[in-house]
Amino acid sequence: MQYFVQQLVNGLTLGSIYGMIAIGYTMVYGIIGMINFAHGDIFMLGGFAALIVFLVLTSLFAGVPVVLALLVMMIVAMLTAALWNWTIEKVAYRPLRGSFRLAPLITAIGMSIALSNFIQVTQGPRNKPIPPLVSSVYDVFGISISLKQIIIIAVTAILLTIFWYIVNKTPLGRAQRATEQDRKMAALLGIDVDRTISVTFIMGAALAAVAGTMYLMYYGVVVFTDGFIPGVKAFTAAVLGGIGSLPGAVLGGLLIGLIESLWSAYFSIDYKDVATFSILAIVLIFKPSGILGRPEVEKV
Amino acid sequence: MSGPLLQVKSVETYYGNIRALGGVDVEVNSGEIVCLIGANGAGKSTLMMTICGSPQARAGSVIFEGQDITRMPTHEIARLRIAQSPEGRRIFPRMTVFENLQMGASLDNLKYFDEDVEKIFTLFPRLKERQMQRGGTLSGGEQQMLSIGRALMARPKLLLLDEPSLGLAPLIVKGIFEAIKKLNKEQGLTVFLVEQNAFGALKLSDRGYVMVNGQVTMSGSGKELLANPEVRSAYLEGGRH
Ligand SMILES: Nc1ncnc2c1ncn2[C@@H]1O[C@H](COP(=O)(O)OP(=O)(O)OP(=O)(O)O)[C@@H](O)[C@H]1O
Ligand SMILES: [Mg+2]
Repeated sequence: MQYFVQQLVNGLTLGSIYGMIAIGYTMVYGIIGMINFAHGDIFMLGGFAALIVFLVLTSLFAGVPVVLALLVMMIVAMLTAALWNWTIEKVAYRPLRGSFRLAPLITAIGMSIALSNFIQVTQGPRNKPIPPLVSSVYDVFGISISLKQIIIIAVTAILLTIFWYIVNKTPLGRAQRATEQDRKMAALLGIDVDRTISVTFIMGAALAAVAGTMYLMYYGVVVFTDGFIPGVKAFTAAVLGGIGSLPGAVLGGLLIGLIESLWSAYFSIDYKDVATFSILAIVLIFKPSGILGRPEVEKV
Repeated sequence: MSGPLLQVKSVETYYGNIRALGGVDVEVNSGEIVCLIGANGAGKSTLMMTICGSPQARAGSVIFEGQDITRMPTHEIARLRIAQSPEGRRIFPRMTVFENLQMGASLDNLKYFDEDVEKIFTLFPRLKERQMQRGGTLSGGEQQMLSIGRALMARPKLLLLDEPSLGLAPLIVKGIFEAIKKLNKEQGLTVFLVEQNAFGALKLSDRGYVMVNGQVTMSGSGKELLANPEVRSAYLEGGRH
């Protein structure tokens, strides 16, 4: 039982990270109907930005408080990733809007390769380690919960609450949802659709960058290929939860995290990815729109 | 400001290579109610949307308050206070009635929302009952009311209505026409509307235009058009509603 709960905690931690990345996939899909394949690399870029900030900070001010360091890492990572995502939307995706469906998809794959190669060239191909930032571990009824895990889960919960609030309760969120549901009508009501789409890319990138920072802190390394596997898993999470649905992305992320850690704990760690994708396949056979996704037909 | 509020000058609009409007001239003066009638596919909705820059006219010009808006992006045209209840109503299906109305008031950042929404609810009490229902689940008539209400929430200088009576019960249509008249009389709201219900629309309007195959073929005061034999046979056959 303790072992099981332990795995739940681990899975929840991992799932939080996937969930934060998945939101970027699902929001962009919702608003312009494309899969931003470069999103995983935005996450990886966030990790690198955080690492560089950490190295700069510690070399400039020895003994900087960890909380402060983490905060600065997160903010700079968010800004860097947001700037990048904003730029690729503007220069690479926007001109293709309205052209045939595969064009932006292919471009997104190109952007993904470009970004990971850029990091490989400038940062080197090897794992980049970071010294353990937080190492406390607490024992709660025989379950060990690390401070890292608490931070990740708490940061995720706070950010998702803010995010939920923005999307559901603010004029910006309303404009985003309106643009998603009927772009032409939104424009007729005075909504600057291009700007709204830009903001969506910025928000998705910022969350991915936080996920990247958390990932770096959790595993202690980052490498240029990190955009791929976690990226694909987060994308899977978005599809599993129902692409286009925000709660779906979070739910999908948590589920994938849980499946992965429970499978590794009880079965074979080598097959954890196979298990994840099998479950995705099964869900999609029985519910093609994902767990919380809405079916395609709807009375409008 | 002298001159008409809206001037459409020799406007041509295309869908790909198909010409939907072939040199249309229309004027709407401040404080007027003007209607546009014509058969299905004549280009009425295209004209309404061209005024809002979606699609943009390929030739000719659209002038609003003396300013050329032909090449202006749609959202900037909306900010000049041209509001439209478009063809097909275009209610946001996964937003509540209330949120749809909030979207209508986006321009002023909801500054006058509380005050204005009460007016809309007085006009359409049905919407008040349904505030928290999702737009996509409203009946056709309720969606029509919401679409008009949403356009009014923008505090428009020019209100464009594309078939406001479509799908509504005669009593509600009467109510809507009366409401339009009232807004026009009391607040000087300028209205340009497309109608299939030519009789009711011409009676309501100061002036009217008849469109055939992407061109305006006739225009005149509401009374003149109502009395015109061609108009009578083409659009008023079957008599009064
Ligand atoms: N998006 C489009 N793509 C191609 N052709 C279009 C498009 N929209 C309209 N058309 C064509 O342009 C012409 C004018 O259409 P429009 O919708 O303006 O007519 P309408 O007068 O509003 O008709 P109705 O009374 O049926 O609403 C029609 O022949 C129509 O088929
Ligand atoms: Mg029409």
